Amino acid sequence: MQETLGIKDPIRKSTLGSVARRGVDTSHGPILYLDDISVSFDGFKALDALSLTVDAGELRCIIGPNGAGKTTMMDVITGKTKPDSGTVFFGQTIDLSRMNEPQIASAGIGRKFQKPTVFENHTVFENLELAMQYDKRVWVSLFAKRKRSQIKKITETMEIIDLVNQAGRLAGLLSHGQKQWLEIGMLLMQEPKLLLLDEPVAGMTDDETAKTAKLFKSLAGERSLVVVEHDMEFVAEIASTVTVLHEGAVLAEGRMEDVQSNDRVIEVYLGR
Amino acid sequence: MQYQPNIEPLFSKLGWLGLITFAVLTLIVVPWMYLFIPDGGAFHISSYTVTLIGKIMCYCIVAVAMNLIWGYAGILSLGQGLFFALGGYSFGMYLMRQIGQDGQYQSDLPDFMVFLDWKEYPLHWLGTDSFLWAIMLVVLVPGVLAFIFGYFAFRSRIKGVYFSIITQALTYAFMLLFFRNETGFGGNNGFTDFKRILGYSLTDPTMRAALFGLSAFFLLLVLILSRVLIKSKFGRILTAIRDSESRLMFCGYDPIRFKLFIWTLSAIICGIAGALYVPQVGIINPSEMSPANSIEIAVWVAVGGRGTILGPVIGAAAVNGAKSFFTQAFPEYWLFFLGLLFILVTLWLPFGIVGLFSKLKNKFKKIES
Repeated sequence: MQETLGIKDPIRKSTLGSVARRGVDTSHGPILYLDDISVSFDGFKALDALSLTVDAGELRCIIGPNGAGKTTMMDVITGKTKPDSGTVFFGQTIDLSRMNEPQIASAGIGRKFQKPTVFENHTVFENLELAMQYDKRVWVSLFAKRKRSQIKKITETMEIIDLVNQAGRLAGLLSHGQKQWLEIGMLLMQEPKLLLLDEPVAGMTDDETAKTAKLFKSLAGERSLVVVEHDMEFVAEIASTVTVLHEGAVLAEGRMEDVQSNDRVIEVYLGR
Repeated sequence: MQYQPNIEPLFSKLGWLGLITFAVLTLIVVPWMYLFIPDGGAFHISSYTVTLIGKIMCYCIVAVAMNLIWGYAGILSLGQGLFFALGGYSFGMYLMRQIGQDGQYQSDLPDFMVFLDWKEYPLHWLGTDSFLWAIMLVVLVPGVLAFIFGYFAFRSRIKGVYFSIITQALTYAFMLLFFRNETGFGGNNGFTDFKRILGYSLTDPTMRAALFGLSAFFLLLVLILSRVLIKSKFGRILTAIRDSESRLMFCGYDPIRFKLFIWTLSAIICGIAGALYVPQVGIINPSEMSPANSIEIAVWVAVGGRGTILGPVIGAAAVNGAKSFFTQAFPEYWLFFLGLLFILVTLWLPFGIVGLFSKLKNKFKKIES
């Protein structure tokens, strides 16, 4: 990652369009640093001095009761919400708190929403095409031509998410589980270094859930994944490290078995 | 196995046939019937009809521009009438200069300036005696205003009904500004009594036919351009903004830039339509900027079918046809009728007349099979 060394602001703003892509510097291990992040909405502290690091290549699961701040944390990382205080770094050099959503996405962070969000009036193929890692400026989009290599790449992704037979179908007509997968496929097309997945298996059948677990495990290593999920079986299946959030801060962190036997975690989940 | 996305043609065979028919009719047949068949002949077309159709074609251009931002990008602007009027005023300044000393007061200045006892042209009239500069103003004035306004509005993430309201306020503010005599645009009378363009008389049938043909040509051009845009990747990004802007942002696109591009383009197209409209109807005044006018533009598109290629043209032609009839037969009820039409279409015809036809077509297909 030599090219990013010594560059203070790795994201260069271009005149008309999004941002040029540079590498993320993970030379010290972690790919994501959240330090002392606080966010409050009308006096309610959604995040309360939250600190968290995620290592490069890690598959991290985040659990916690409703209102623990899981989605707010994702909002902070992706630029949707600006933190009141604290710092967010992507790798060693990229300060996410100074960037907007498209800049953060272009820097290599992909996000899947809690409710599956796809472009319902576009076909499956077009959804993936729109998400594809590519120059996303206005002028380029006006004259863009489909290349064979791009069609091939999209086809490969459709094979991974098992939607080749639905390629020409409008995304709005897909089943709930298929939409979830399409959104995951769109994330893959972005070729992010870090994937944030908010309840990716909600509404999936057992079969689909098992397949998703397999997919996530195969992605970890080359990419880093942060998964927020309520399905404990799924979490136990995929995660090596689990972080428990409670009232906007980290309550416990460690292996699933350890976390499950932690007294404070039991207290929070079962009530006093 | 590699999936092959099917490549849709720009227009269907029927679409091309329609376009060519329209081109032949408006560029050759109608001007010929107007110019060369003598008055009283069975196939003669009167000046009144030529002017009326020319005017409606200008409205159709505006409707196509409105459809670009509302139908495809989902931005409901209720201020397109402002850009139309600004294009009209820009070209109107040139038309005023062309009157020369043939005005009431036989002065070098337009009558309204003489009336105000002004001795020379104000600064913003500089260079408006040049045809080329006037043409540039037609594009620049709406374009620059839309760009600046859009930049701040989109950057502040003003959306939906809030955007509609501030565009209404914008056009209203400009109307008040143009009503004032000091602004130098003729106050509430606006510009009128035009005599000629490039030295040729405006009342000359050849000139009328030329303006008519030019309007038809621009309508065709704008239709094809909007189709090219919508069929490109840019078009798919626009509809993605309409359907789920936040998803698109997290895909790495900056929606502000895409919105700003289409918004500015739409304003420029409206400006050109205004410049074609003014010499044909012979008057431009601040009432063109009234909020109701801009709402009417939205009604044309809604009635015809937003997000469809032909919908806005059909809507603009149908509503204006109805307007010509209503304002003669029952002048007081026109606005009530317009409001009722908008409510009915919104409730029962989300895709307008075009949507109704495709629904019927599908029904027939079902019956057949």
